[in-house]
This record gives sequence, C-alpha cells and structure tokens, in this order.
Amino acid sequence: MQGQFWIIQTLNSVAFGGLLFMLSSGFSLIFGLMRIPNLAHGGFFMLGAYLGYSLLIRGVNFWVAALLGGLAVGLLGVVIERFIIHPSNRILLAIGSFLDAVIFRPLGLRAFSGAWRGMIARFRGLAGNEQGQVLMTLGVSFIVADVCLLIWTGDPMTLPAPPALRRPLFIGGYSFPTYRLVVLGVALVAAACLYLLMERTRLGAMIRAGVDDREMARGCGIPVSRLFTIVFLLGATLAGIGGVLGGPILNAYPGLDTDMLPLALIVVILGGAGSLLGAFVGSFVVGFLYNFGIALVPDLAYFVLFLPMVLVLMFLPQGLFGRVQL
Amino acid sequence: MATEALALSGIDSYYGDSHVLHEIGFTLQPGHLLGLLGRNGAGKTTCMNTIMGFLKPRNGAIALFGEPVAGLTPENIARKGICLVPQGRRMFRTLTVQENLMVAALPVKQGGRRGWSFERVFEIFPRLKERTAQVAGSLSGGEQQMLAIGRALMGNPRVLLMDEPSEGLAPQIVAEVGRTIAQLKAEGLSIVLVEQNIKLTLDLADDIVIINTGRVAFSGRADQIKIDDAIVAQHLGVF
Repeated sequence: MQGQFWIIQTLNSVAFGGLLFMLSSGFSLIFGLMRIPNLAHGGFFMLGAYLGYSLLIRGVNFWVAALLGGLAVGLLGVVIERFIIHPSNRILLAIGSFLDAVIFRPLGLRAFSGAWRGMIARFRGLAGNEQGQVLMTLGVSFIVADVCLLIWTGDPMTLPAPPALRRPLFIGGYSFPTYRLVVLGVALVAAACLYLLMERTRLGAMIRAGVDDREMARGCGIPVSRLFTIVFLLGATLAGIGGVLGGPILNAYPGLDTDMLPLALIVVILGGAGSLLGAFVGSFVVGFLYNFGIALVPDLAYFVLFLPMVLVLMFLPQGLFGRVQL
Repeated sequence: MATEALALSGIDSYYGDSHVLHEIGFTLQPGHLLGLLGRNGAGKTTCMNTIMGFLKPRNGAIALFGEPVAGLTPENIARKGICLVPQGRRMFRTLTVQENLMVAALPVKQGGRRGWSFERVFEIFPRLKERTAQVAGSLSGGEQQMLAIGRALMGNPRVLLMDEPSEGLAPQIVAEVGRTIAQLKAEGLSIVLVEQNIKLTLDLADDIVIINTGRVAFSGRADQIKIDDAIVAQHLGVF
C-alpha cells in the first residue's frame, strides 16, 4: 500500500519537525543572544519527557502534564542561567552573607569570614568566558542525565497519548495517526505565539536587537542580562513541553537527550542562530530528512542528515536565515 | 563645585594587557560641545567605550552631573543619561527603523528637557519617517547615521557621545549631520564629539581636547586652536 506509506512517513516527518521546533526554537534564540550553544537543551527535553511520564501515571490530564512539565523545566532553566551561567553577584552576596552569619561568625572564624566576603565581592563567575559557559552547560547536561537515570532507572518509559487521540483518523480509505496531527498543531500554535512575541512586541524587538549587536543593545539601555533569563526560561519551557509531547512518539529513555541535541544543532546550523524563521524551516527540513532517511535508506540516514549541514557550513556559514556570524 | 555635565579624571583603560588610555581627564560643561580630536589609534573610540561602560577603566573616575558612573554596566550608564552614537553606526540591522528607535527609548531623566519621541526624531530627520517600516540594514549610509543619532536621542540623554558621525558620508550629508549637531547643541544638550573632520569639529565645538597615544596632549578652547595652527599641525598633522 504505497499511498499509506507516503502519508504515514510525511505525517511522521512533520510531527517530528514540530517536536524539533519546540526543541530548537529556544536553542536557537539562546544561541543567537548569548552566543553559546546550550548543550543542556537535550537534557531539558528528556527531563520534560520523564516529568510528563511521572505526572501521567499519577492520572494528571495530558495537557496539564505537558504544561506543568514544561514549566518545571523552564524554572530549572532559569536557575541554571541565573546561578551557573551568569551568576549575579547580588544573589551570591546574599548567600555568602547568610553563610557568614550562620556559620563563620558564630564559630568565631573572623579572619575567614573577612576573606570569604572579599572573595564573593570580587567574584566574576563565568562573565565573558564563553568557553567556560559552554562547558558548564555540558556539565549540567551530564548531571541532568544522571539524575534522570537515578530517578527513572534505565528502562524506557512509554508516555500514554491522550485516550481520545489514540485511535487513527480514517479519511478516504487512508488512516492518519491522530496524535501526530495534534502534535503538529501544537507546534504550529507555539510557532505563531513565538512569532507574535518576537516580531510584534517591544520585548521581542529587544531580543532581536541583542542578537544583532549585544554590546550596542546594552549601550541603548536594554537590560540584556534580564533578556538572557527570559530567553532561557522560554527555551527551557518549550523544550520541556516538547519532551512531554514527544513522549508518546519517542518514549523517555536514557540517551534521549543526546539523540535530540545533535538534531537541534543541525536545525540551528541550517536555519541560522537567533532566527525564528530559520528554526522553523530548519526543523521541518530535518524532520523530513531524518524520517525519510531512516525509512528509505536506513544505512545512510545520518549521511542524509548531516550532508546538508556540511554544505550549509561550507557555503552559507550564517545559515539560511542567519543573523549572527558565529 | 560647579557640576560639570561630564568629568573624567585619571582614566586608565586596558585592552587585555595593553595599556590604551593613560590618565585621561577632561570636563564637559552643561550645554557645551567638546570636540575630541586625535590621530587614528590615539584612543578616541576607546575613550568613548570607556565612558559608555563597554570597557571598564582600571583607574580613575567618571562623573555625570556629579554622580560617579565609572564601573557601572552599559545599560545602567545609558539609563543614567549617557547615550552613544557609535563609530560605524552599529544599527540593529534586522530591525526596522521604527523598532530601532523603539527599543532604545528610555524615560526622561530628572533635570532633563522635553522628552524625545518618534515624532520629534522624525521632525529632525524627515527622511527616516518615509522609511519607518524598512529594515535598518537596507538604509543608505547617511540614513543609517541619522538613525544612529535618532536612536541615541530616544534614550533622552543628558550627555550625548558622538563617535565619528561624519565617517564615510558624502560631503552634503556631512553638512547635514553638522547642522543637526548644531541644532541639538542649541537646544542645550551637552555633547562630546569625536571626529577626524577637524573643520567640522572646530565649527561646532566650544572646547577641544586632543588625545595623542592615549594621553591628553592639548585641552583648551576651540578659538585658541583656530588662531594657532601650530597646535593642529603638531598634534594632528600627518607629517
């Protein structure tokens, strides 16, 4: 049944493209604004899937689980951005003073207390050290992976799709997997919301200004460090929601993070860092290449996937819609 | 102590280990225009970047109407009231003209004058009004310069820094930019103008500071220089 094969593969491709968009839109915005690939992004996706699983087996409604899972991962993203990638001196000073007041002073360690406060006041963290920041996100991804292994064990977990969407649609003698159509729909809604946010609001214009020229944006009074946090929140939340949505299709398993991250990287290299349109087009291109590659030429699937990336890197290093020269 | 609009004293700035600015000091009186001259590589742009906070000075003080601003982040310095028209214009290329102005809008500071708005910027630069929806990267050089000035004005500056606004522009556009600067000065804005174009600077400036290899080589009134060609020849001449 040739027609059915093409329909299924096409639907798989666009649904997977939708999931990839949930994953890579935030990844691309973070990359464009902060100039670093967030290597923990695959971990965010996987953590979303696992959190979704735990919520679903406790009887939580699927869409509520997707939202809660996304928000939890989003909050984790904020914590990672604020405390690890761009630790703010004010927060550290507060923590430092607290430790000082409850531990060092009561113990009579006056000299140590003074040195401690001086150290915190001079602390600059990873500010301006982009290699350090990338390595830090890599470290976070390892920690996330190990914690997931600890909590959810190494067995793959299948997330149940919403009952109403499990049965395929039959139209004109062909069957369509309903859930995949809905995933695509959700991704398109997310894309529309992101588009409105980025292109129609002052916040979005500020983020784009930061992508274009970060230093000059700061010189215009744009609070770029707050934008970092917002973009991280946005990106991690979308990845987390994507993880829950992807769960019924991909399952949650150890290694889901490292399976997804390279795909997000390819999307961003194809589409260009910091470009929403690029992430959108790139996601669906990769979705098709990945699915049809596996279905038609399984031995060459990764070749089919990475060849366009190599070509783009060679001839269009900024990506198809790129804003930033990386 | 009279409050100068901007006062630098003993500013030392480094790029990594290389010492670029050596104890730079000058003052800008309110409503005055200070011309900052010097050869290529003398440290003029470094000086602007240091005032704006892009580069943190290792030593020295910068005061905006008496308030210390050295060491603050660029966004806080902008919010205090120093705005920059940067060298090379540095538009937000992918944003439209309107968006470029919108993202740079900051509230009027205390002691500030009539606030800047889209309408007032378009009043000065009618050409930008015809291009509000156009992407900044597609503007001509002159239009980009106007937008860079308009963007800085949207921040409602108390002190405006202009880094080579005539660079790479056709002579008639340079004259237009010159007229705009004169108009801003006439409105009472305090301005630091960095220029290679000596004539344009001497026409507009009240005071002149000349920087040579990162040190202040001359500091005085603009009329002094107009009379004494030797100063220009000594500090700015190519030979």
